[in-house]
Amino acid sequence: MTAHTAPKPRLDLVVCPSCDAAFTLEKPQHGERAICKRCDSVLITPRRKAGLQIIAVSLAILILIVAASVFPFLSVQAGAAHNSVSIIDTAMAFRDGPLIFLSLTTVSLIILIPMLRVILALYVLIPIVRDKPPARYAARAFRMTEALRPWSMAEIFAIGCAVALIKVGQLVDVSFGPAFWMFVLLVVLVVIQENYICRWSVWNALNKPAKT
Amino acid sequence: MQVVRLERIEQASQNVTARSLGLVACTRCHLAWPKEVATCGRCGHKLQSRDRKSLQRVWAFWLLGLMCYIPANLFPMLQTRTLIYRQEDTIVGGAIELIEYGSVAVALVILFASVAIPIGKFLAIAFLAISVQRPSSVSKSQRQLLYEVVDYIGRWSMIDIFVVAILSSLVQLNVLVTINPGTASLFFAMSVIFTMISAHSFDSRMIWDAQEVDKESAKDE
Repeated sequence: MTAHTAPKPRLDLVVCPSCDAAFTLEKPQHGERAICKRCDSVLITPRRKAGLQIIAVSLAILILIVAASVFPFLSVQAGAAHNSVSIIDTAMAFRDGPLIFLSLTTVSLIILIPMLRVILALYVLIPIVRDKPPARYAARAFRMTEALRPWSMAEIFAIGCAVALIKVGQLVDVSFGPAFWMFVLLVVLVVIQENYICRWSVWNALNKPAKT
Repeated sequence: MQVVRLERIEQASQNVTARSLGLVACTRCHLAWPKEVATCGRCGHKLQSRDRKSLQRVWAFWLLGLMCYIPANLFPMLQTRTLIYRQEDTIVGGAIELIEYGSVAVALVILFASVAIPIGKFLAIAFLAISVQRPSSVSKSQRQLLYEVVDYIGRWSMIDIFVVAILSSLVQLNVLVTINPGTASLFFAMSVIFTMISAHSFDSRMIWDAQEVDKESAKDE
């Protein structure tokens, strides 16, 4: 190969990210899924109208995150003493000295990162679903949502609530605020969004030249 | 749901990998490029057929995680203050106390989540990192499964931190009862984050490469 010809990617191949096995691309039908023959990792799972559904779910997630962060989340009562907190209050529980880092981490993990991921996903998916050329830097944006995936911990926070309730249930009376139920719904939607999105299909749509 | 198994490029006994085709696949967007390309033209991620420093990073973060895990168990995780007493609980201490109160099930869940899972994770990552360098009796697909489990379960250890956060913001009833986070929470969070980075640094393709390396070294001798 000479230096003048730009190297071309092999769009006719699918490479398994887990084990590096290479396959000739054979796009499955809607509702089917393609898995790696060597290590059984799921490679392609296209669904009909997935894009539109993911956008709808993402919008719902965005609204719920904002609402769930400000409304009261849980409240406790013991005798005359009463206290109710929002998710922001919860995340800011570590206020003393070096524990402030923990507060920042918690806010990021349960509010900021999930929100950022949803916004980036919408930015990437809306032009694709409307059959427009991909948005500027869409591929970079989608790479970032993928990189942040393990650090989005809203669902873990929800389970944490359940454990916390068990722990203090005997000590004080705990009641749920509106944000608690929003958060429960949020967790379900996040799981649906994660399972609906076919990463290969999104990347494939991003092969087209971006709008400049 | 129907499952389509993708056919190999050629029906050979040996597996065709991107590397054996002289290609390198992007670890983010999975696109295959010729191996001389340095960054993925689609998503901008750095391309590397196999990350040579992967194992070093795995061990570095593994050690950091382990170092943070020790103080996480020695210092108190929660500080409970009521009218009559003040109490500081470590992770294990809190669970033992729950057993004394009679809630054995909850105590077991806590012990499982904050002791068994982190220790299991340290052992599993160490095993995987060692197994790619020397012959292992555990099959590749089992090790791949182990890696996926470790990678998936790692985030769930943050649950302890969230419980501490919820409790210490919620239970602030002036003189009656207050719960505050202890020093261990910081170390525990760092331990979880470092072990997550350690697990992510592990390149699972190395599990599948091992056999080919064995064959090559056999040829050399």
